[in-house]
Amino acid sequence: MSSIEAWALVFTILTFSLYIFIAFRTRVKDTEGFYVAGHGVPAVANGAAIAADWMSAASFISMAGLISFLGFDGAIYLLGWTGGYVLLALLLAPYLRKFGKYTVPDFVGDRYSESARAVAVVAAVFVSFTYVAGQMAGVGIVFSRFIGVSITVGVIIGMCVVVIYAVLGGMKGITWTQVAQYSVLIIAYLIPAWAIAARLTDFPIPQVSFGEIATTLDQLQADFGLNEYTAPFTNRPMQDVFFVTLALMVGTAGLPHIIVRFYTTPSVRAARYSAGWALLFIALLYTTAPAVAVFAKTNLLQDVANQPWSERPDWVRNWEATGLMAFEDGNDNGVVDSITSNPDTTPGELVVSPDIMVLANPEIAGLPAPIVGLVAAGGLAAALSTASGLLLVIGSSIGHDLYYKRFRPNATEKQRLAAGRIAIAGAVLVAGYFGVNPPGFVGQVVAFAFGLAAASFFPIIVLGIFWKRTNAAGAMSGMVTGLTFTALYMWLTLYGGMEPWFGISPEGIGAVGAVINFAVTITVSKRTAPPSEEIQLLIEEVRHPRLGGEAVRLPDSERVTSDRT
Amino acid sequence: MSDRSRGYWRANLKVKVPLLVIWGIFGYVLAILLAEPLNNITFIGFPLGFWFAQQGAIIVFVALIFIYAKRMDRVDEEFDVHEEELGSARKRVQRSEGQT
Repeated sequence: MSSIEAWALVFTILTFSLYIFIAFRTRVKDTEGFYVAGHGVPAVANGAAIAADWMSAASFISMAGLISFLGFDGAIYLLGWTGGYVLLALLLAPYLRKFGKYTVPDFVGDRYSESARAVAVVAAVFVSFTYVAGQMAGVGIVFSRFIGVSITVGVIIGMCVVVIYAVLGGMKGITWTQVAQYSVLIIAYLIPAWAIAARLTDFPIPQVSFGEIATTLDQLQADFGLNEYTAPFTNRPMQDVFFVTLALMVGTAGLPHIIVRFYTTPSVRAARYSAGWALLFIALLYTTAPAVAVFAKTNLLQDVANQPWSERPDWVRNWEATGLMAFEDGNDNGVVDSITSNPDTTPGELVVSPDIMVLANPEIAGLPAPIVGLVAAGGLAAALSTASGLLLVIGSSIGHDLYYKRFRPNATEKQRLAAGRIAIAGAVLVAGYFGVNPPGFVGQVVAFAFGLAAASFFPIIVLGIFWKRTNAAGAMSGMVTGLTFTALYMWLTLYGGMEPWFGISPEGIGAVGAVINFAVTITVSKRTAPPSEEIQLLIEEVRHPRLGGEAVRLPDSERVTSDRT
Repeated sequence: MSDRSRGYWRANLKVKVPLLVIWGIFGYVLAILLAEPLNNITFIGFPLGFWFAQQGAIIVFVALIFIYAKRMDRVDEEFDVHEEELGSARKRVQRSEGQT
């Protein structure tokens, strides 16, 4: 076992013990605690939990590398995966918190109709499953790369840990573990980035110092026959960058595992602030990632581009051994003439996995083995925290929305809690299976989960709060047309050989789907009867942090009134 | 709907709309639509369009949410729909429990 593997193992065992310890301390006894952490999570802690929930293995390991090969156009991820929080904070979070139930389908069901709830359950489970499969695979990959066990064993270890803290502690256990996981992942991301910034620029704040390196990189790329790094729209046309960014933002605001986190705060006010904290915590990583991308790409080009492969530096040799870098001399001159991250679309002599940009960073910066081990723990924290949040959504959709609301409305508290636990445990098994045997489409579907979330949930929730006239018929037709249009366009452009319209790629079509959903919901609502008096009152109630006599905003578990529903 | 709640809702929208306009300007106009011309300007060592797209807009997004939360605190108090602090609610409940 190498010293890197040993350190990775040490950090993994340490952090996993911490997660299980937290789970034991936060175990719950009622559904309120299990689904919404008893509405008792302070704003800052909820912010950290949202950030961990949000930043997956893809954000932690792959994003900087993807950006380094997209240059300016990498902004689709940076903007798209942060800007949605503004929509969430202003348009959704406070109102859903005031609504105060357990799941997104709960709101859709109470505001519209039981059949709308059913559509929402299906959409929530589908979106979450496509997402979680990628996370479990991520856990397996980190284990196999850093600790040297097989992917299958890695996935099984990850499943065991998630089962312990999700089944035991539900939302409460998950929330507090996510706070710990956020701390681990952000430290593991920032330390190598600071070190590498200090090495390259004498100024250790990467956000400030990568400007000058970016200009150097422009020159390096030009010398190597690539587009200038900072030049916009070299990989995607402007309208596509626009639409993909919009689809990712609106999709973020429609993702059930993010929305439900706002149900856990003690007050409406705390829900607003926790969105701010969440984005601040996310921005720490998201403003560092483009710097890491520039540093790593510069290092890579300086070390190998236009140079004889036989003289490659040690870090390249190390990563070549993992299969993440491979050189195939096209013209037999022994020199690296071209680099690609995606040999299917762009040919190139040196094929580099985007993941390497983050994974190899500590080595390039000459950091000692413990730091590399820490990066492994950070990657695991990112993957596990996102997986547990998603599994809770699946568990609550099945245990709460399906079992309790639809089939057993008079189930006892005990039965409901057991149903939630069994549903999560079952979801972990399915997710683990997909982690070991990822269906071929998962990689693509994760990006499309955003489009589908954008085209289904976001418009009808926003209209449900901001326009009282929205009714069940409108929302149902809006959701169904939005989803059908988006899914059909994705299917036809990917597999049906259809030319994209106006250069809008399938990742960006969710934005159009959302607009269609808005338009259809409004049109159909106007032509059918307005919603009942009761629902109008519900909207009034949701719009005010406190309305009339209800002044107590204690966590529900501490309320003395008997109005629990 | 009472006058008070109509007023509250209007004040609420008055806070939101300008913030959403700023969101659109930074996230879409400056970072995407005008990125090409803005890249000719240099800002703390960055081409400006690139900086908006990969740093500036994100920082503005964070600021927008905190500004929103702060302004809503004020609006909530003005219309007397603000929530009680957790600590004082807990005390009051304990008192009422003592009475019953």
